[in-house]
Amino acid sequence: MQKGYFGSFGGMFVPELLMPPLLEIEEAMNTIVPGEAFQKEFNAMLEDYVGRPSALYRCPNLSKKLGFNLWLKREDLNHTGAHKINNALGQGLLCRHMGKKVLLAETGAGMHGVATATAAAMLGLECVVYMGATDVVRQSHNVRRMGLLGATVVPIESGTKTLKDAINAALRRWIADQRTTHYCFGTAAGPHPFPTLVRMFQSVISREARAQMLKKAGKLPDYVVACVGGGSNAIGAFNEFIPDEGVQLIGVEAAGTGEPGCHHSAPLNLGTPGVLHGAMSMLLQTEDGQIEPSHSIAPGLDYPGVGPEHAHLQDCGRARYVTVNDGQALSAFHTLSRSEGIIPALESSHAVAWAIENAAEIPKGSDVLVCLSGRGDKDIGIIEEYEARKGC
Amino acid sequence: MSILTDRIRAANASGRKAVIPYLPGGFPDRDRFWKELASLDAGGADVIEIGVPFSDPVADGPTVEQASLDCLEQGVTLAWILNELSCRKGTFKAGLVLMGYYNPFLQYGLERLAMDCAAAGVSGLIIPDLPLEEAEPVAEILAGSGVDIICLIGLNTPPERLKAYAKAARGFVYFVSVLGTTGVRESLPEEVLQKLDEVRPMFNLPIALGFGISRPEQVAPFGDRIDAVVIGSALVKHLRDGGSGEEFMRCWR
Repeated sequence: MQKGYFGSFGGMFVPELLMPPLLEIEEAMNTIVPGEAFQKEFNAMLEDYVGRPSALYRCPNLSKKLGFNLWLKREDLNHTGAHKINNALGQGLLCRHMGKKVLLAETGAGMHGVATATAAAMLGLECVVYMGATDVVRQSHNVRRMGLLGATVVPIESGTKTLKDAINAALRRWIADQRTTHYCFGTAAGPHPFPTLVRMFQSVISREARAQMLKKAGKLPDYVVACVGGGSNAIGAFNEFIPDEGVQLIGVEAAGTGEPGCHHSAPLNLGTPGVLHGAMSMLLQTEDGQIEPSHSIAPGLDYPGVGPEHAHLQDCGRARYVTVNDGQALSAFHTLSRSEGIIPALESSHAVAWAIENAAEIPKGSDVLVCLSGRGDKDIGIIEEYEARKGC
Repeated sequence: MSILTDRIRAANASGRKAVIPYLPGGFPDRDRFWKELASLDAGGADVIEIGVPFSDPVADGPTVEQASLDCLEQGVTLAWILNELSCRKGTFKAGLVLMGYYNPFLQYGLERLAMDCAAAGVSGLIIPDLPLEEAEPVAEILAGSGVDIICLIGLNTPPERLKAYAKAARGFVYFVSVLGTTGVRESLPEEVLQKLDEVRPMFNLPIALGFGISRPEQVAPFGDRIDAVVIGSALVKHLRDGGSGEEFMRCWR
């Protein structure tokens, strides 16, 4: 009877009113998505519109300095500037196949909002994006982009005014508008079938990266590293490497300021199992089961939960989840910008930071593949403010 | 028979629909909550739903959400509600139900929950984010404790799911009147009548109509299709505006 579990994590913990639309998406995922027509159209869009395959780039300067080969999977080069477009286009196309007219989305950093607004514009769909009021302020550039693309952005003033509350609000809206609307969930979290559906669309990252590594390095990477908020770029980067036991999978969570007792976004490292937003996963919560606020300098990581498949990969030991704090991420942001001429998103900077911070432990000559999930233009305001506050 | 079924059937036997007010635990404040709970009971509530506050109540509209957050601010927990109820066990005529989201129940511990609900005189749980697919393990743990899991169904629940719910349902059936969240509405969708005609023969249990209801005249058109009515946001508003539970019950009895 239970559906969508990864070990003991996952499931469909939603109001009964949301079960019919979720089961409709599950059916569409199993029948429409694998179909030849869908795949042909989707792959053509990835190639011609997104610009895939995205480059696999070996950083010459940093590799020399670090003593291992640092490879970047350049999702930042995708149209709209992040991996989010892979999923938004996939779900947008599915929305159209299901005969629905509106794409509803939630967004934290704004990248999923921009990607959904883009997909909606291209596919001739309406778009409504829910965004926490705090994120509306700190990612104002992306809010303006969404407006230009014709989307309606709805600021959410309740709760912590971040991604968590935007998801609550979007789920409420979806309950009411399910007959006309597809909820384009932005990450590999939430109720079944979203973790599986999002993984399907994001696995293009590891499918390409695996082939590119074999071609360029002549071998698989020793490490695959990706930042983990909800976990969509990470599950996309990990998926095709899961059967390759020699490849170490490293997920990087945000440790916030890193001070004792600070807010952070590391449920896999510091959370406990619980149910939020439709899935059993690892959560930041009190002993009474109330959800605790999260924090990261990277808005896209600022979420108290995580996709259930990551909780399972941790549980069964296939992937290792580590933490990087705000300062380390910012330092990696500058290092990559100045060493290679690539300005990474603050989210992706967490993954880059792990590779830099752990250079001493990574065997010389290893191949370390980092998923550069997005570009950092959106974060310039946050960085200026952070550095002004710290007196940098 | 379930205490909840019994209370609703008793009201129906006396020629009226059972009245089920929803009061968030610890609302409007921790002391007044117990006074209002007693006055709802004295005012003739047949079953009372006590809300267990949660930080992320996705099935609730702004009125209940704010009440829930206010209660959390005051330190209300499931443990506090159950402990205080157990001290008052036997003082309420109405059947008592806890309504809350799954995570606080899960963290409390389901075995402990079954034991403490029984000790506190709680006869049922309404858990909006626990659909059929996820409810079975919880129902197994609660089996034999005298605590029913109340199922929620709605306008969009298809016949095959209704059949499955009919097998699992205990106590009463909670029919959600709108495709939406809790909160007062001017009118209910016309398709509710038609759906209730489909639902009615499938369940051998009382049917309670909830979500969006604030006035008795809203439920009059449903006639014998329903056995009970749940009123939540309207009561929260009434108490926020300085009203009492007793006054509230006067217009419903």
